[in-house]
Amino acid sequence: MEIRENMEERYREALSTYLKDQTEQALYSGQKISRKTIEDKISPEEIISLHKSILMEICPDTTDKVFHSLDFLLEVMMGYGIAYRELQSLRHQQQELKSEIEIAANVQHTLLDTDIPDVDGLEIGAISVPAKQMNGDYYHFVQDENECMGIGIADVIGKGIPAALCMSMIKYAMDSLPEHRHAPSSVLENLNRVVEHNVDPSMFITMFYGLYNPHNHVFSYASAGHEPGFYYEAATGEFKDMDAKGLLLGVEKKTKYKQYEKSVEPGDMIILLSDGVTECRTDEGFIERETLIEYIQKNIHLKAQEIVNNIYKQLEKLQHFQLRDDFTLILIKRNV
Amino acid sequence: MEFQSCVKIINEWDIVAARQLGRNVAKELGFGTVDQARITTAISELARNIYLYAGQGNVYIDKVYDAGKSGLKIVATDEGPGIQDIRKVMEDGYTTSGGLGAGLPGVKRLMDDFDIDSTPGKGTEILATKWIR
Repeated sequence: MEIRENMEERYREALSTYLKDQTEQALYSGQKISRKTIEDKISPEEIISLHKSILMEICPDTTDKVFHSLDFLLEVMMGYGIAYRELQSLRHQQQELKSEIEIAANVQHTLLDTDIPDVDGLEIGAISVPAKQMNGDYYHFVQDENECMGIGIADVIGKGIPAALCMSMIKYAMDSLPEHRHAPSSVLENLNRVVEHNVDPSMFITMFYGLYNPHNHVFSYASAGHEPGFYYEAATGEFKDMDAKGLLLGVEKKTKYKQYEKSVEPGDMIILLSDGVTECRTDEGFIERETLIEYIQKNIHLKAQEIVNNIYKQLEKLQHFQLRDDFTLILIKRNV
Repeated sequence: MEFQSCVKIINEWDIVAARQLGRNVAKELGFGTVDQARITTAISELARNIYLYAGQGNVYIDKVYDAGKSGLKIVATDEGPGIQDIRKVMEDGYTTSGGLGAGLPGVKRLMDDFDIDSTPGKGTEILATKWIR
């Protein structure tokens, strides 16, 4: 109530001043009043009512028509008053949702956290950045008892919260795989069964799984419709697509995945990515895989982690700092 | 409850009659102009909902007294299709986004007390009270 009395006083003074002399300064005090009334959550119809009663007080000789017109105006402003209060409440709800999503993103971060393993003779760099708060991409490293390193990279078609929920399931399924069965084709076959069984038919997941054997330097891999990675051959300086055929996860229960093998020579690199990397949309359209290769070549002298960080920074800049899809890039380099 | 008055809502003009009744009673009770406008807007909304979604129904205006306070109570009843999901119609932005007016959350904000009962296939009863401050 005190707020209102104060406001009434200020309004009376400002309005009287303005009616006397139509100065900019008086108008400025009107603007300041509106800032205060918004802060105090006073709705438009109350302002009109206040205006009318003060006008009656300071200019009692005003014609009745003017006063009646203010009653009419008040009625018209009712809808705006309601919309204004609704906006305030929606804003509050939005704030709540935002902090809820932030917490969910933290939970997801903890859940999907994976350490880059220390493997003799290998240098590994990885980066994964969500387009919104939650990530629909996922990568995961595991090391088995024979020191073989497994690397999984997956991408849910779509982004945001639904994709993130889906990803959490993949992570859980990966963790439940038997320790000794990390052959890429059987990992994908297992996950395919889980996804087919548990995920809405409208959701699709692409995934690449590879296993690096540090004893004989053979990289075996299989793909479930995932964006093909690159293989860099140090001897020739050439980049090749790591093509691998396989159906997306969750389409058909009994899908079999073909396993490929590649002997990795010193200086060679394996580059894995999600389609958020190749579908970077710039002013000239999607970037070409060749452009991406150029970026890698430009940074090739750096450490693996620096290479992926730099490429992310450059592609982020190309897209004017607006990611349209989750972005994941992994680079595995066999040391010379 | 010593006073009660009712308007039957069948066509759009009845909305005006309900507003007029509500305004008269609000004036008699001594509500200020802003509260009068809030009460009539709430009545308008409720009567319009009846007219649009139930076809017909009644709007009652009561004077109520409780613990030394006096107030105005609106009761809107119809035997229309009822509301399937009350939580949804009470959500902000559900009706207003389509330009359907203030909606029930708006009515709730305009008044002090608000209560709704609805059975799909049977009808809806909404109670809304405003007290003199």
